[in-house]
Amino acid sequence: MIETVDTIEDRARTAGTDTAARQRWMAVLACAAPEDIALLWKTVVAPSAPAVDYLRPAETGMVMTRGRAGGTGDRFNLGEMTVTRCSVRLGDGSVGHAYVAGRSKRHAEMAAVLDALLQSPGSRARIQRGVIDPLAARQAARREEQRRKAAGTRVEFFTLVRGDD
Amino acid sequence: MYVAVKGGERAIDAAHDWLAEERRGDQAIPELTVGQIEGQLSLAVDRVMAEGSLFDRELAATAIKQARGDLIEAIFLVRAYRTTLSRFGYAEPVDTEKMAVKRRISAAFKDLPGGQVLGPTFDYTHRLIDLGLAEPGLEVEGAAPPPDDPAAPAHDDLMSPPRVVALLDDEGLLEQERPGPGDGDPGDITRQPLSFPADRGERLQALARGDEGYLLSLGYSTQRGYGRTHPFAGEIRHGAVAVEYVPPELGFPIVVGEIEVTECQLINQFAGSRERPPQFTQGYGLAFGHGERKAMSMALVDRALRSEELGEEIGAPAQDQEFVLAHADNVQATGFVEHLKLPHYVDFQSELELIRKLRDRWETPGQSEMRAEAAE
Repeated sequence: MIETVDTIEDRARTAGTDTAARQRWMAVLACAAPEDIALLWKTVVAPSAPAVDYLRPAETGMVMTRGRAGGTGDRFNLGEMTVTRCSVRLGDGSVGHAYVAGRSKRHAEMAAVLDALLQSPGSRARIQRGVIDPLAARQAARREEQRRKAAGTRVEFFTLVRGDD
Repeated sequence: MYVAVKGGERAIDAAHDWLAEERRGDQAIPELTVGQIEGQLSLAVDRVMAEGSLFDRELAATAIKQARGDLIEAIFLVRAYRTTLSRFGYAEPVDTEKMAVKRRISAAFKDLPGGQVLGPTFDYTHRLIDLGLAEPGLEVEGAAPPPDDPAAPAHDDLMSPPRVVALLDDEGLLEQERPGPGDGDPGDITRQPLSFPADRGERLQALARGDEGYLLSLGYSTQRGYGRTHPFAGEIRHGAVAVEYVPPELGFPIVVGEIEVTECQLINQFAGSRERPPQFTQGYGLAFGHGERKAMSMALVDRALRSEELGEEIGAPAQDQEFVLAHADNVQATGFVEHLKLPHYVDFQSELELIRKLRDRWETPGQSEMRAEAAE
């Protein structure tokens, strides 16, 4: 039987990885621009690129986004977004998954390989330091810049009492 | 009945070649890039994403370029594209209270935790055409970064301020939305065609992808008295929210990316009914991108469509959900309206013959009683 992403027991294999930490790096990789990942990839990953087995080659599809009535009530379907996913296995057996917004296959492939490398004790620290931390810092800087711009447009309205006499 | 025609391939090819030439415009002027459309016509991109019901900026910008700026044509292209993609699944609902806001205002509450943040807005501009924009290079003057406000709160209150409508929660004077049993288990009108009566979730989905102009006019009609609403803009916010999805192979939620949305919570007077005390009620709008007119119109129409649930008198067009929802989709609407220009030669021929027969009978002596009937 051909082993696919649906037949492997990923949950058991990654039981050793802290789920919260994995959620954090997967979020950073999903929210990063593919060009930014590619740039770090070139220096941090490419020199010792692992052998990659594609369990599920990158494919683009959609996820239906949802909101809540009134922001806090019942769920409703807002509209779809494009998402590209990919699953890989490295030589040491670690399995990486990626679901990233947009249609870039390269983005999903890099994110899946990095997810696998981040689960391998041998490469985790190097990838965290060399890829995730710089991407996270860039994202934090972008948020901070937006916060500063927003602060610049904060306004105090005063209610004026109109007297007719 | 529509009877198909064939032929004309050469003429159609030539028409499409000419279309491509017209799209390109004056060859002496550089071609528009998709990146330029994405960055500089971003509100057009937002509208195409919202009504195309697919969040993908680059795709929407490409559709706008291909459609020569005809946004409904671009929306049509996006809708057609989405049918070629498989659906991985449903995301978790976005948490708009955690939105990284670029703009957040309330017209009902003056002093808010986090403050009123104008963001990049057309409000308070003078609507005078800036002729400087017609001369490249001159517009950079206005592009200076806004000044820093050293007194601004540095913490998350500004970045993701608390929801305004929750401020009156303690007194119970403003209806608070809570998930019902089954968390709504929302119907999906892209999988199951709308049937009536539609529940709130299906209505919100239909409105979210509905035509902005149509919803604007319907919302306006409620303000003018066709279905009385007396709304206040409780809160309008715009910014980015994270989208979380639970891949079956992982079993826990992961962020797949961020999307920009605009949210509008209108608060409306409600005099109360036998079951419910007098309180403010809500109309809700949520749209992809920066679409305040869309989100506000959606909220007005959502509130009007809640009339039945709230036991209010129904009589205005905006309160009639079958009328409102069956005509909100501009791709459906344009398909049916514009199909009239396709060849209908056989239909017309048969109707022409019918009219000829009726006319002959009408003109035949002794048929005067028919003439009298027709005149009545």
